[in-house]
Amino acid sequence: MSSLLEVEGLNVWFDLEGERELHAVQGVGFALEPGERLGLVGESGCGKTTTVLGLLGLLPPSASVAGSVLLNGVDILAGGEESIRPHRWVDLAIVFQGAMNALNPVKTVGSQIVEVLELHERARGREARTRTSELLESVGIPADRAERFPHEFSGGMRQRAAIAMALACNPSVLIADEPTTALDVMVQAQILELLDSLCRDFGLALLLVTHDLPVVAELCDRAAVMYAGEIVEHGPVDALYHEPRHPYTRLLFAATPDLYGEGVPASIPGAPPRLDRPLVGCPFHTRCDRAFGRCTHERPLLRELEGSRSAACHLNDVVAEVV
Amino acid sequence: MSQNGSRPLIAVEDLVVRYPVARGLGGALARRPKRFVHAVEGVSFTVKRGELVALVGESGCGKTTTAQAVLRLVEPVSGRIEFDGGDITTLQTRALRPLRRRMQLIYQDPYESLDPRLSVRAAVEEPLLIHGLGGSKAERREHVREALARVELNPPELFLERYPHELSGGQRQRVAIAASIVLGPDLLVADEPVSMLDVSVRAGILNLLDRLREAGLGILMITHDLSTAARFADRIAVMYLGRIVEEGPAQSVIRDPQHPYTKALLSVVPRRDPRERSKREILSGEAPDAVRIPSGCRFHPRCPMAIPDCKQIDPALEPAGDHQAACIRV
Ligand SMILES: Nc1ncnc2c1ncn2[C@@H]1O[C@H](COP(=O)(O)OP(=O)(O)OP(=O)(O)O)[C@@H](O)[C@H]1O
Ligand SMILES: [Mg+2]
Repeated sequence: MSSLLEVEGLNVWFDLEGERELHAVQGVGFALEPGERLGLVGESGCGKTTTVLGLLGLLPPSASVAGSVLLNGVDILAGGEESIRPHRWVDLAIVFQGAMNALNPVKTVGSQIVEVLELHERARGREARTRTSELLESVGIPADRAERFPHEFSGGMRQRAAIAMALACNPSVLIADEPTTALDVMVQAQILELLDSLCRDFGLALLLVTHDLPVVAELCDRAAVMYAGEIVEHGPVDALYHEPRHPYTRLLFAATPDLYGEGVPASIPGAPPRLDRPLVGCPFHTRCDRAFGRCTHERPLLRELEGSRSAACHLNDVVAEVV
Repeated sequence: MSQNGSRPLIAVEDLVVRYPVARGLGGALARRPKRFVHAVEGVSFTVKRGELVALVGESGCGKTTTAQAVLRLVEPVSGRIEFDGGDITTLQTRALRPLRRRMQLIYQDPYESLDPRLSVRAAVEEPLLIHGLGGSKAERREHVREALARVELNPPELFLERYPHELSGGQRQRVAIAASIVLGPDLLVADEPVSMLDVSVRAGILNLLDRLREAGLGILMITHDLSTAARFADRIAVMYLGRIVEEGPAQSVIRDPQHPYTKALLSVVPRRDPRERSKREILSGEAPDAVRIPSGCRFHPRCPMAIPDCKQIDPALEPAGDHQAACIRV
């Protein structure tokens, strides 16, 4: 049976000046089932946002996209804008990175949601306003706030409004790009709780994009770790933390401070490679504490491992449990 | 981990800072009374040499205002600020000048705190020139090199002639720190110094601050990230609506929180280990704005433990557990 959403071999190149190209997304693939919560994590610039904008056909003209995006088994990327448009917002919706600061400042929050409903011919007039009230209530905003302007909302409330807007057409997949970044810890907890209940109560599938590993550990079932445009490890969050099969995953966790963790977080030396030049060997080898000869010249492929997980690291060919 | 029990580097006592709220023309004409943002309402704490004190709390709770008052960048309404034993609360600009060199601020955004037109060398040398310090040109160069080496931009030659756009975010923050320590300060005030940086870079900067602390600097770090405070601070002060509601040794505050607000905050901090997913105690709503402070305990409207007395009694910090908390229920 086909998955709800299946992304395969997604590649994105940006045209740069002087005939150069930046290979921002390099063969990314993952699947999502109804009600499932998948985290997409990695450091700034690793291609998280480009991946999700790419699969929704929302990248600027300077980007070329290749790969397939199967929605219930049907490729919606193949026919370009024409084949994506009927599904965007309707089946696949997104809360953009920084969405809470992107609401139209001169329109009330309610009227912005009404507009979305009318644009997609979901409802109009009185019916649209009723539906808007329901949507706001479903994300924890009292319906009587519909007449307020975005600046009258706190950051947390604006993020809720952005989520309500994404839910307007009853999508089956919600993509949330850094939905809690820049929010205080208590408000972050409220938003995570909201996303959690949307998945539990409505069977919404969630693709949670963030640089914040603990947020993914808290909310997601599985996670894909991105580095330099590709997924380097993918698996259940528990396994990623307790038995990482890629040194980058291990080092990323080790760099993350934990409330009750022992020891001091350690930085990962060096920086990710430039993506406007061909990569030789493993993209992580210059920063890796376990790199060996093969890593400098042969690029490891993402390989299936036991326990419904995968990793792109030569160490997994040598012996298990060496990472 | 403070090395000597001697007098604190910074001692803040009963600090109060208020900002007037703009009334608009209508309000002024109607002679509506002037209203104030009660940014800081009676805050006391100390920072010793070789100690890192973290001020934590949600945005708007008064952390940044407190830090700015310590540096005398905003004027307090009342209270007392001592630096190295001397009262600096009312010092005038000129008398303050020699002290400025000894207390330095590190900003949140390494992209804004560096002048894009200045090379690394010029940026780190600038404070020396402003304060007329550092001796001859050759000596100044040596100071700049030393500062870069201390922030681990090695070898310094590799960075001296670069401009901010040629540096990564972490390297920029290191340059900004180098410019702060080149004058040999005793106190660093770091306002969310790593919140804009990637996690792998973050750890490097925090470890750097930790080494500076070990070398004897006093550091006041403002952060909303409790995990960072737990790992790097000697002491933690938790602020809510302009007050410190709990204060003590970091591990004691984290492992044995007393105030219901601290308990709730700690309960919602996401953990690295998915097996440690905690039972979150989510407070509804958000902290009210600091114009209309609730009566009694300012936390009572959101407090899961509030009793009728909490509406009347404004609790002071008192011993609780092996540290201090401001709550009549502990
Ligand atoms: N429009 C564009 N033109 C050229 N390069 C781009 C464009 N958008 C993104 N990039 C580059 O593509 C790479 C991936 O960027 P992307 O925004 O997807 O990263 P991200 O993982 O979302 O980072 P962050 O955590 O900072 O949001 C980066 O090197 C970025 O500079
Ligand atoms: Mg992004």
